[in-house]
Amino acid sequence: MIELQSVSKKFGTTIALHETDLCISAGKTTVLIGPSGCGKSTILRLIIGLLEPTTGTVIIEGQPVSASNLLALRRRIGYVIQEGGLFAHLTAAQNVLLMAKHLNQPRGQMQTRLQELCQLTHFPENALTRYPVELSGGQRQRVSLMRALMLQPSVLLLDEPLGALDPMVRARLQDELKEIFQRLRQTTVLVTHDMAEAGFFANLIVLLNEGRVVQSGTLDDLRSRPASTFVRDFLHAQRGLAAI
Amino acid sequence: MKSATILFAIFVFCSEAKPQQIVIGSKKFTESYVLGEIAKTALQDAGFTVEHKQGMGGTIILWQALRGGQIALYPEYTGTISEEILKAKQPLSTDEIRALLRPEGVGVTGPLGFNNTYALVMRRDRAAKLGIRKISELRNHPDLSIGMTHEFLDREDGWAPLSARYDLQMRNVRGIDHALGYAALAAGSIDVKDAYSTDAKIAENNLIALEDDLHFFPQYNAVFLYRLGIDHRAVAALEKLAGTLDEGRMTRLNAEAERTKNYALAAALYFGEKPKQVPGELAGKIWRWTWRHLQLVGASLLLAIVAGIPLGIRASRPGPVSDFILSATGVIQTIPSLALLALLVPLPFFGISAVTAIFALFLYSLLPIVRNTATGLQDIPTAVRESAAALGLEPRAQLWKVFLPLASRTILAGIKTSAIINVGTATLAALIGVGGLGEPIISGLNLNDYSTILQGAIPAALLALLVQFAFDGLDRVIIPKGLRLKQ
Repeated sequence: MIELQSVSKKFGTTIALHETDLCISAGKTTVLIGPSGCGKSTILRLIIGLLEPTTGTVIIEGQPVSASNLLALRRRIGYVIQEGGLFAHLTAAQNVLLMAKHLNQPRGQMQTRLQELCQLTHFPENALTRYPVELSGGQRQRVSLMRALMLQPSVLLLDEPLGALDPMVRARLQDELKEIFQRLRQTTVLVTHDMAEAGFFANLIVLLNEGRVVQSGTLDDLRSRPASTFVRDFLHAQRGLAAI
Repeated sequence: MKSATILFAIFVFCSEAKPQQIVIGSKKFTESYVLGEIAKTALQDAGFTVEHKQGMGGTIILWQALRGGQIALYPEYTGTISEEILKAKQPLSTDEIRALLRPEGVGVTGPLGFNNTYALVMRRDRAAKLGIRKISELRNHPDLSIGMTHEFLDREDGWAPLSARYDLQMRNVRGIDHALGYAALAAGSIDVKDAYSTDAKIAENNLIALEDDLHFFPQYNAVFLYRLGIDHRAVAALEKLAGTLDEGRMTRLNAEAERTKNYALAAALYFGEKPKQVPGELAGKIWRWTWRHLQLVGASLLLAIVAGIPLGIRASRPGPVSDFILSATGVIQTIPSLALLALLVPLPFFGISAVTAIFALFLYSLLPIVRNTATGLQDIPTAVRESAAALGLEPRAQLWKVFLPLASRTILAGIKTSAIINVGTATLAALIGVGGLGEPIISGLNLNDYSTILQGAIPAALLALLVQFAFDGLDRVIIPKGLRLKQ
């Protein structure tokens, strides 16, 4: 479980996140959604300690995030971002194994885990020796996901992981990701601005606007009982093919 | 600790200390070279092992080298000693100079016999046409173009007080190198320049020395300055040279040195000997200069890499410390090499040695390495930085495993730039007698002799190409393959 207790974040005079209390259930998939600049990515970055809260505390599995336990916590969290954030000087396999090697894991164990991950993410094993520039966008995201899962984290954070992919690849990866979430049952937080994607993945949707949580619930809750006109407008703006 | 040991090893390797040997210095003009060679032969005949560091920078560098013990003696002029070293208001006699230098641990030989004073010279035809014979007559021609050596422009007994004494209002005065000034005079781009009265060029180029009708210039009697600690037999050998060189003889030796491009030959002429010619000497000399040059470049570049990359890493983080590092390394580039040497030479531990040359080159090499390291690291996208942090890598591991490899191309480009520039800059080592390819270049500039200049310039250019080629090869080894692939 991840808890935000009265957490806020200011950059100079700009408020990125107003004081927020949020509880993210263990083993479930929570989707943070909202327009650009609503604070959804800020929450992810506060959880993994890339940002320090201006006020309040982030608690991960009972431990408040602090400088002293930051490294240990990060090693229990997988983090995937839009463009993958792969290291261009390392092959796919080297990217995935970087942390495990750094922690001196036994070689055999690393290779076994690498094969498991290739199967899980449908990544061809013969492409493991390729460098990021030699991979397609979808393959890069698969490698990024493998890297995040390598140390078997209990928390998985994904910041618009499919945002830069074309629709066909995106749909296939959505299916695959959902299967992975269901199989691994980690505490997962996914950031997106696409309501269909949110509805597809989420056990709980948290809708944000201008640095505040506007409403949280299932897609049905949001559709049938919108908390404000903003919620209704945001849902309407997400036009499906049927609405054209 | 380890790096300190390496540094020490580099310094020891390059300074090649040779004990029990007398080191002679000379300034970078023909007469000083010739007098240095004469002293060398005299001391060798007296049974000493002698090294002659030819063509070191100006008075200050030689004086510091003498006091610091890096050289045991060098030829100097009484006028220069009074004005530049002792800062006397009035010209001093040789005896007065001797008394004043004794507390400094420096002795003075008897005058060698000629007065090489400053003179203002013009082309004979030009002077005749304008009707100028004396310095005071320049007063009627304020538009003449005057080209003075930089040293003369700044000297206490130089251009400014001379203009004041003669009440000259010349409108067109600029600084120009001594040897190049003669070429400019011959070409007619300047009309008047300063010269030494025993310059061989005066007769050779059909120039006249204007009469010093107000007796402005002091006496510049040539002497040797030596460390009082040297063997008394060496002093005796030097004293034997006193009174043996009149102006005519000195001018002929200077002319001979410039004609043959060989200072040792002019010295041999003084002793009435046939000079020894060693066949195949040139190739050997070029090889020695080149090898020395490579040592200087290699040692200073290694130091610059060891210091520059950490400085660059620090400078990649914004803040006042980074601003300071980048501005300081930038400012160093603006200091002319002779000025930097003059600043370093008086400092303890430096003096006239390879250490000083390497340190100066090291300073000049820093900027490209520091700046490229900082830029390379700053250019790493935020997404990649955050991914490295989010994995749970310690900051040091992030640097070594991710950031430095990603910045390697830019860092290596900085090192390459430094190395190539360094090959050119290393010619400054010759100014303090440390050798390298600067030796023939400076000597050739002084003689206005292109073939001598090329003996240094061509190997230096080839060396720069070689360095470029070597680094291109190194790119393949050092830059990770993932960064060399096309998108």
